[in-house]
Amino acid sequence: MLASSYKDEDGHISVSGSGAAAAAGGGSLRNKKPENTAFKQQRLPAWQPILTAGTVLPAFFIIGLIFIPIGIGLYVTSNNIKEIEIDYTGVDMSSPCFNCSQNFSWNSTKSCTCSIPFQLDQPYESNVFMYYGLSNFYQNHRRYVKSRDDSQLNGNEESLRSPSKECEPYARHDNKPIAPCGAIANSMFNDTLELFYNDPNGTKVQVPLTATEIAWWTDKHVKFRNPGGEGSDLAAAFQGTTKPVNWRRPVYELDSDPNNNGFINEDFIVWMRTAALPTFRKLYRIIQRRNNLLPTLPRGNYTLEVVYNYPVRSFEGRKRMILSTISWMGGKNPFLGIAYITVGSICFLLGIVLLIIHHKYGNRNNGADVSH
Amino acid sequence: MARERSEDTGMDKASKAKRQRKKKPKEHKTRTVHANILYDRAKGEENPNRHYANNKIKTTKYTVLSFLPKNLFEQFHRFANVYFVFIALLNFVPVVNAFQPELALAPVVFILSVTAIKDLWEDYRRHRSDKEINHMDCLVYSREEKRYVERYWKEVRVGDFVKLRCNEILPADVLLLSSSDPDRLCHIETATLDGETNLKQRQVIRSFFDLDCDFDPLKYSSIIECEKPNNDLNRFRGYIIHRSGRRDALYKENLLLRGCTVRNTEEAVGIVIYAGHETKAMLNNNGPRYKRSKLERQMNVDVFWCVIILLVMCLFAAVGHGLWMFQYGDKRPVFDVLSPEGTDLSPIMSAIYLFLTMIIVFQVLIPISLFVSIEIVKICQVYFMHQDMDLYDEETDSQLQCRALNITEDLGQMQYIFSDKTGTLTENKMVFRRCTVAGVEYSHDANARRIAMYQEIDSEEEECLSHGGTLPRRDSVGSHHSGRVVLRSHSTKSHRRTGSRAEAKRASILSKHTAFSSPMEKDITPDPQLLDKVNECSSQMDFMRFHRQPMSQLPSDLSDIIDFFIALTICNTVVVSSPNQPRHKVRTRFELKSPVKTIEDFIKRFTPSRLTSGSNSSSSSSLNRSSNKGCSSLLPSPSAESTLTKLNEEQLSGTLEHTFTIDPPSYDGKTSGNPEEGELRYEAESPDEAALVYAARAYKCSLVGRLPDQVTVELPHLGKLNFELLHTLGFDSTRKRMSVVVRHPLTDQITVYTKGADSVIMDLIKPSETGNSKGKRQKKIFCRTQNYLNQYAADGLRTLCIAKKVLSKEEYARWLQRHLEAETAIQGREELLFESALRLETNLHLLGATGIEDRLQDGVPETIASLRKAGLQIWVLTGDKQETAVNIAYACKLLDPDEEMLTLNADSQEACAVLLEESLHYIQAKFLCSSGDQSTKTFNSNLEPFEIYPSLSTSSSHAAHFLVHRLGLVIDGRTLAYALDKSLEDKFLAVARSCRSVLCCRSTPLQKSMLVKLVRNKLKVMTLAIGDGANDVSMIQVADVGVGISGQEGMQAVMASDFALPRFRYLQKLLLVHGHWCYSRLANMILYFFYKNAMFVAIVFWYQFYCGFSGSAMIDQWYLIFFNLMFSAFPQLITGTLDKDVSEETLQQLPQLYVNGQNSEEYKPYMFWMNMIDAFYQSLVCFFIPYFAYADSDVDLFTWGTPITAIALFTILVHLGIETKTWTWMNWLSIAFSVALFFTAALCYNASCPTCYSPSNPYWTMQRLLQDPLFYLLCTITPVTALLPRYFYRACQGTLFPSPVQAGRQLDKLPSDTRRNILSLSRVKMGSPLSPEPHFLSLNKPKDCQKSASKEKQGSVLQTNKEKGQKSPLVSSRCEKHPTDLHPQAPSEPNIPSYSRNSPQLSCRSSKDCLDETLQPSDQSLSSRITSTPLVSRADSIHLNLPADRASQSVKYTRSSEGELCSDQRVQPAQRTLQAAEPGLHTAL
Repeated sequence: MLASSYKDEDGHISVSGSGAAAAAGGGSLRNKKPENTAFKQQRLPAWQPILTAGTVLPAFFIIGLIFIPIGIGLYVTSNNIKEIEIDYTGVDMSSPCFNCSQNFSWNSTKSCTCSIPFQLDQPYESNVFMYYGLSNFYQNHRRYVKSRDDSQLNGNEESLRSPSKECEPYARHDNKPIAPCGAIANSMFNDTLELFYNDPNGTKVQVPLTATEIAWWTDKHVKFRNPGGEGSDLAAAFQGTTKPVNWRRPVYELDSDPNNNGFINEDFIVWMRTAALPTFRKLYRIIQRRNNLLPTLPRGNYTLEVVYNYPVRSFEGRKRMILSTISWMGGKNPFLGIAYITVGSICFLLGIVLLIIHHKYGNRNNGADVSH
Repeated sequence: MARERSEDTGMDKASKAKRQRKKKPKEHKTRTVHANILYDRAKGEENPNRHYANNKIKTTKYTVLSFLPKNLFEQFHRFANVYFVFIALLNFVPVVNAFQPELALAPVVFILSVTAIKDLWEDYRRHRSDKEINHMDCLVYSREEKRYVERYWKEVRVGDFVKLRCNEILPADVLLLSSSDPDRLCHIETATLDGETNLKQRQVIRSFFDLDCDFDPLKYSSIIECEKPNNDLNRFRGYIIHRSGRRDALYKENLLLRGCTVRNTEEAVGIVIYAGHETKAMLNNNGPRYKRSKLERQMNVDVFWCVIILLVMCLFAAVGHGLWMFQYGDKRPVFDVLSPEGTDLSPIMSAIYLFLTMIIVFQVLIPISLFVSIEIVKICQVYFMHQDMDLYDEETDSQLQCRALNITEDLGQMQYIFSDKTGTLTENKMVFRRCTVAGVEYSHDANARRIAMYQEIDSEEEECLSHGGTLPRRDSVGSHHSGRVVLRSHSTKSHRRTGSRAEAKRASILSKHTAFSSPMEKDITPDPQLLDKVNECSSQMDFMRFHRQPMSQLPSDLSDIIDFFIALTICNTVVVSSPNQPRHKVRTRFELKSPVKTIEDFIKRFTPSRLTSGSNSSSSSSLNRSSNKGCSSLLPSPSAESTLTKLNEEQLSGTLEHTFTIDPPSYDGKTSGNPEEGELRYEAESPDEAALVYAARAYKCSLVGRLPDQVTVELPHLGKLNFELLHTLGFDSTRKRMSVVVRHPLTDQITVYTKGADSVIMDLIKPSETGNSKGKRQKKIFCRTQNYLNQYAADGLRTLCIAKKVLSKEEYARWLQRHLEAETAIQGREELLFESALRLETNLHLLGATGIEDRLQDGVPETIASLRKAGLQIWVLTGDKQETAVNIAYACKLLDPDEEMLTLNADSQEACAVLLEESLHYIQAKFLCSSGDQSTKTFNSNLEPFEIYPSLSTSSSHAAHFLVHRLGLVIDGRTLAYALDKSLEDKFLAVARSCRSVLCCRSTPLQKSMLVKLVRNKLKVMTLAIGDGANDVSMIQVADVGVGISGQEGMQAVMASDFALPRFRYLQKLLLVHGHWCYSRLANMILYFFYKNAMFVAIVFWYQFYCGFSGSAMIDQWYLIFFNLMFSAFPQLITGTLDKDVSEETLQQLPQLYVNGQNSEEYKPYMFWMNMIDAFYQSLVCFFIPYFAYADSDVDLFTWGTPITAIALFTILVHLGIETKTWTWMNWLSIAFSVALFFTAALCYNASCPTCYSPSNPYWTMQRLLQDPLFYLLCTITPVTALLPRYFYRACQGTLFPSPVQAGRQLDKLPSDTRRNILSLSRVKMGSPLSPEPHFLSLNKPKDCQKSASKEKQGSVLQTNKEKGQKSPLVSSRCEKHPTDLHPQAPSEPNIPSYSRNSPQLSCRSSKDCLDETLQPSDQSLSSRITSTPLVSRADSIHLNLPADRASQSVKYTRSSEGELCSDQRVQPAQRTLQAAEPGLHTAL
């Protein structure tokens, strides 16, 4: 330390007063003089906003002016969406499904059906999405969410035989690996919903429901795969595994369509995508629009036929069937429109408050700096 | 003397024997040291010393192997690390785990490894410095080669003989066996150990005392037994056992400690007793105190609060979960998964598990990255400080050194500055400026010009340094341009550079005393007129001597001149050393007060026969020596030198013509041509002594040698003269003068030369008899001199008066009789000697006066002024004498002529207590009672636009009535010692803190550190100590922030400091700019950190209400963990490093903005909670807007969670944006980078693996989200809504109640010229345009208060300077009205009865009369007094005397007045003269 700090000093280094000479002379000597760069001297060109009423005032007005129209647009869009919800839990004695709902067991062999009539006041024009909705069902419970084996669902043979620990205690049953393992799969929604249009002429027409393309494309084609590869016999592929305890059928019998069976059954895929909130809906079927002349679902009376398998009364749950059209921003939800309008208005109001403040006090502060 | 010592040792031995007897059972607890040479051949196995540590030191903490475990162990001492590791490990427990265990480890591992790398690097540096030290050389005796050979330090072993040469550093603790010093002494400097620079004497062991030949290690056969190694520097006991069986005791006086430096001793030999880590120095080396900044302390409190919030949140969730489980009862819903074993958990157990899970989930609330981020930001801040060009000193090629990385922000929160004076405020270069002899002033214009040239170079350098032009330029630069050119051609500049550099080097290697000899101080250009006179005078004297005429025939003015110079030359304790043998001791013992020891001695020496012979003092000297010590046979014959001198003298007188013809040499050429060759160097205790000697040398009166009993002076024409030194009455701060009694070789008269503060000397001048023409002349001289003195003082020079007195032999004999009595007195010797000195120093004949300048460093007054405006209390603690210190304090604007000054000088504890009590009363009476309330504190608040006193910040915790007044406090070291006593410290602090400036003179290093400690602990304030020398080390270490001035007095201060600056004035920018920035940056960053984490965690918390309190998180665990560490980390680092709330210029021009940091405005406790509340609000918004937007939809958990993450990120970034004051491209870039990083990482992550990352498995989530318009709509509205309140609040705050900092920012925005106008206005005008709102201006005081204050001011007894200036006629008339005002030409009249030092008897009596029994009567001359003097005018000075009747307890304010000393005083810039003269007067009080 001592030595180094005086090492390079010498009398003959003359740093003269003029900067040029110093630069010329100083080139050779090793000196500690810091560089005069904007960065090192902390003199980078900078924008220094000062938050005062006067300066932020325009921002408030601009936000207000932008948000209110957006909000109105969203609100209108949301209002144009038609939606009907039918609760078929059967809590009330009067409800057609009351009897079925008394069954608390998962594995009752006899199936219970009930039919619920309802009425559409407006015709549903475009594609109609049919959802089933569950309430008070905590699909987001921490242990529930974890209870799955993604690699098994991806068709991994090894995981098929020995499911991941995460699936415990739904990994094995009767010493056979469960496919698909885990609590999520085990609790899969297994009601069957069918829709009938009661023609004014008295006939009951079944509304055709499309069961495909209800899951994410990536899920269906990338994430979920059947073991044994494409086209092979599913039953053989799932040989040696057992169905989840709550299921009535093994996984390879979910659908007759081989492209919608096994792990790539879309109802299954949809269910496996755990809902964020305890009240949720999941896409069940799509009612395609057949021709451009007729509405997808004309006005009139309908019947919902439910094969009631899924017990929810034990945890105070509710089951709903929802028919909804959708817009570019998704399903019916006026919240965002209202939120935009509200926030926009508040901004506008605050803008006015700031304007007053600025008018009253602001002048003293800014311009007066010089004049006083 | 000798007998005394032997008695001492005898007593010591006795007590030691006792102790030994006591310790008998522990006898084995000693160390026995044999000489190694005896065992050289035994290959060490039989060497009894082999078990002792060797001298290799190792201060590194780790080895390659131990690094990992040891470092981890150390890191786990930090609670936070343990916490994070605990949480990470918790994840491995399946029941409670929330994340993938490996993933949870990632942040902890990252944090730990960053710290580990830092530690590794530091350890490596330590290793390198160890290596350097271990490889230093020293001389060790080798048996094989029979001589001393060079060895590395690490090879030195216990029992080795080492030879130490002058200026070598001791490699180990060494027992001194031999010294080349005739007195068998070895001088060491212990600055590295205790910070004291004065030399300490160490003695050779008694048994080796009498060796007359050189010490031969081969003959050594003794065994040393001593204590085990311990860390007590002041204790060493043991004995040496000789072969004969004789035992000699060893004391600490025999031990030389490692790390000390050998001084003034050519060679010494010793045996190593303790080596390496067993040395006392190493045992004392506890390493630097770990400093934790105030901000960090505050932060830790809030971290603690975070923990509590966390626990509350977890508890809440746990209870919630328990209840949630409970409501289902036995009916277990399908979504409530059983434990892996398939067993059912009771709600209570679930709740307990959940509690732990929640801790893991919410761990982010305790900001894991906070500590690392702070460290990174601090390192960046340090980097920028290092890079600051304004803190770079071209002359020494040094810049700021930041040695403590973790307290940068403390720089912005300082409240008290403790500064050393010499070398810190001043350059420590005393320059002789002018003098007056016999009433004639010699202005030394040429000298002034020379000094001006140096100064100009300085200012020139400044210019090229200050590119920004922030420093005011001297307008004289342009006009002197030609002068500069000439100057440069003379290469004075490089000359000076070499000079100062070489000097700095020397100073660092040698002790500080040599630092007083830069060419500027040495090369005094003599005043031609005076030089002529000196020549004339001396030639006349020579002539007269030749013709044996009595010298008294010399014209008195001429004799005065020659006496003046003789006094300058000999009336000091300067030691002459020859440059060829640096520090070789020419002096023997300067501590000798009086060589004349006995009456017999006197008679012997003053017999007529001896009086005739001019210079054979040798016999007396040897006699004298022998009387002083036992073994004269060892000494080189002292007569040799004087014989030589005599010879020289003859030679010189033979070549008289030669001396005559010498022209005044061109000093520039000479010194730069052959620097220092053949030139004697003067080493003085105080630099002004050296300056005077150099000044005299310029007039050819040079000091060529000093022995205890004689001084050799070379005079023009007269050659070398030996002055027999009869007595030296050393300087003391009460007498404020020193005298020497010599026998004049030419006149053979016994002459007393006295040099001292003008205030005392002028009172001691013999009153001239009136009527006599000579008397008239005397009177005239006196008046003129006084006049000039005032003038000098006005110019900020240190003034000294020179006087002489001729004693008749009878007088001398009379005095000597009593003096010797005093010397031999056993009790009260000090007092008696003091009185003896007082008796001698009377009726002096005034010779002249000198003006010496201790140049302030550049920009010191400005720096102090602006630091003070910044609300800093500046205390100057100096070892200097009071009047010097006061002088400098005025010069550097520490003391203001406007303000009153309290001077505390007490002689006893009781007196000090009384003084403090009175001062307190005085302050209260004056500043509180009189004005009713606190308004007086703002005495001239109009000068300071928004002055906020720091005391207000502390007033919440302390009594509010402590306010800073416009008062200066001067206290001397002795009084300070009393005041620092436990019983008085509170009172002292109460007084001191009400004073605006405090000046402590004559304080020891220990006192300095005690004072700092006291203030720091008692007042709970942030303290900064700044100093340059080793004597400041302790103070620097004690203070919250220690600043060392590098390159002036060695490196000790720098080594001990946290920051090292090249110059004092850089402190301004360091504190006001860098400190402010660092503080505000870090404070904002920490608050932001808390906010950010709380906000992010709270989002997850709200979610618990919707997932059955199950500890589920909708945010992917990767996002959750890396959100802090990566996605949101960079912008805050950039802001924390680069944000500038106010520009540098404004910060320097408006120092008031510093108060911001002092009051911790940026980070107050409530701000943490405000931020928390804001964080909770924002998290609510960020949670519930997406919640409602996605309510009852088919959204899945992580597709819903990802937008929330994005929203949180945007909100956090925009929040930072609102808080960022300066946007550079770096800020934009970092924010853009953060956003880009998040989306890129998310896209990659979501595309990388379809089956991994359980449980979220977010395959293609982000990609889908980006196609969803809802995502964008959410990302727009949520941050806006979340930040609306804060933005609105900031806007309102900016308009309605802007902080000073905001005002400063607005100032920044203005164009530069308007800015300048405003700033200049704000300095002068009342009320700043910056602060138009009244409440802003009067942050602490309403306007009417100011008015009352100013009214008060007018009404008060005090006359402020301003008024004086305006109404000077009034003043003069006032003066005339006072009858006592004028004491024309009666200066020696004791006009203040309470002044006791000069007339102790009198005051003793009076004090006896007036004091009751609580005070010790008798010899304690109660010289205590308070003088509170408005420094404007003498006429108005207020003396607060001790009340005669203490029972009454009333404080009496007597308005005593002291007249102008001379009636013919010029009223030139009268005011100024008076102000500056005031300190002089003041010290007289």
